[in-house]
Amino acid sequence: MVVKRGIGSYIFDFFNVVFLTLLSIICLYPFLYVVFVSFSDATQLANYSGIVFKPVGFSTAAYEAVLADPDIYIGYGNTLFYVVVGTIVNIFMTCIAAYCLSRRNFFWQKPLMTMVLITMFFSGGLIPHFLVVKGVGLLNSRWSLILPTAISTYNLMIMKNAFQGLPESIEEAAKIDGANDLVILFKIVFPLALPTIAVITLYYAVGHWNAWFNAMIYIQDRELFPLQLFLREILISNSTDQMMGDVATAEKEQISETIQYATIIIATVPILFLYPFLQKYFVKGITVGAVKG
Amino acid sequence: MAFKKKSSGGDTVIMKKDSLIGKIRKDYQKNYIVIYMMLIVVAYYGVFHYAPMYGVTMAFKDFSIARGLMKSDWVGFSHFINFFNDIYAWRIIRNTLLLSLYQLVFSFPLPILLALSLNELRGKVFKKTVQSITYLPHFISVVVICGMVVEFTSQEGLINDIVEMLGGERVSFLLDPKYFRTVYVSTGIWQSMGWDSIIYLAALTAVDVELYEAASIDGAGRFRQFLNVTLPAITPTIVVLFILKIGKFMSQGSEKVILLYNENTYETADIISSYVYRRGLLNADYSYSAAVGLFNSVVNLILVLTTNKLSKKFSETSLW
Repeated sequence: MVVKRGIGSYIFDFFNVVFLTLLSIICLYPFLYVVFVSFSDATQLANYSGIVFKPVGFSTAAYEAVLADPDIYIGYGNTLFYVVVGTIVNIFMTCIAAYCLSRRNFFWQKPLMTMVLITMFFSGGLIPHFLVVKGVGLLNSRWSLILPTAISTYNLMIMKNAFQGLPESIEEAAKIDGANDLVILFKIVFPLALPTIAVITLYYAVGHWNAWFNAMIYIQDRELFPLQLFLREILISNSTDQMMGDVATAEKEQISETIQYATIIIATVPILFLYPFLQKYFVKGITVGAVKG
Repeated sequence: MAFKKKSSGGDTVIMKKDSLIGKIRKDYQKNYIVIYMMLIVVAYYGVFHYAPMYGVTMAFKDFSIARGLMKSDWVGFSHFINFFNDIYAWRIIRNTLLLSLYQLVFSFPLPILLALSLNELRGKVFKKTVQSITYLPHFISVVVICGMVVEFTSQEGLINDIVEMLGGERVSFLLDPKYFRTVYVSTGIWQSMGWDSIIYLAALTAVDVELYEAASIDGAGRFRQFLNVTLPAITPTIVVLFILKIGKFMSQGSEKVILLYNENTYETADIISSYVYRRGLLNADYSYSAAVGLFNSVVNLILVLTTNKLSKKFSETSLW
């Protein structure tokens, strides 16, 4: 910029930076606090007063307790299954639906579009959904977390727009060469729309990773619980007892807090690990989604 | 284009002689693979979206699992009448509306402010850092977020440590109905402020640099540029998002409420969707809670359709 800058401009910049720095600290500190406490020594922490800027004492006892708990492994394993299988089903279903909706000269395109769009505005609600899942025999089965959410209509619309944005000529050329619709979808459209598919894949995968509500209402068998349900027990219902074994009751209260924070860290590490990557693609997704359908 | 339209118009005249069935047959020969794909999609939407829509008729029936939906007796609007006579009806509607209102007043403006602040920054690295930090809570699962909130607001928690340092008394925030909305809305801001600013930032980066250059040649200082270039650039986005927020006024999600509330705070915390969950799934009061859910869906539908019309009127942007 070629503008002459007055003193007011510098003062503004200064306060702007201060404001944003404070905001960032407020956003970030809760997470740092969790990290600090999870590495703290429970007894020292109980006697400590004031703001925590680093672990109070140092102890990995909380992590040892969490990692000795079989529930965490069951949860991790199940969540991994739901994320991988669920996302594959999501992408397959969303791709074929988007392909149908992006066909020009397809007789059923409009009726199908209407059928899909109606679901964006009206839904039967929680109880009928629950009874349908129960009715088709999915209750207490892994598929209850995968099939009912196989297509997110919002994501479908993004995908449909991406498919429609591809140059028509390539598909036509393939058709003349004798390619059928399956070949066109998986060999031509899919690779060309890969940037959008990557974004949608991440949307679905993070959705599965974080999901808990459907699992809470559909699944009773603890062997099938996703990680988030175990987290809910540990964090919200405060049931850390089984991790502490034969610790005396007075100490229990103290160590319980550090265990909860260690659980948070262990359950969030994968997301933090992928964060730079996730951030980039999610932001892309917002701008893709902003394009009107 | 005009020519094409004419010819296709001509085609349909000939097609009409062919009859609808002939058209479908022709389409099948050409697109049969697409039709098979479509059948899978239709099956999915049929079972998991349209069957529940049909199932909502249970709101007008005395549904029992043993008899099934078809054989249950019709009871007309009696569940709805019961709901409006329910002592909790007013409470859950009020709580739903108030939570939305507080979110609109407190969480709506902050992302705009954040986007404007970020937009004025010169340093790229600092901007990226602030963005990364403020987006972070959006990616953390709601269970973990609520777990942190429960811990922080407890008697021995971080918030109370700070309150005590500032000379206040320790309070159990989540056991006191007075504080539920404050906790809910302020943690909501923490979760979504950064993320919600993205759409405004996108609108701001789309502004043509030449506009700023032209303004500065005309002698506009930084503040004038802000008033006359930056603000008008995001006003349409603000208007549309505001209208869409109004459309969601009665559709508070239940997840965070269910994780944060307890018997002590029902007075301010219980909203329509959490009540439907409790009555319907925990007490197995299916028909009654389906009726409450249907009432909520219909209100939502009306709100969304109205606000979308409004949004179309105020700007070119709309949901569809």
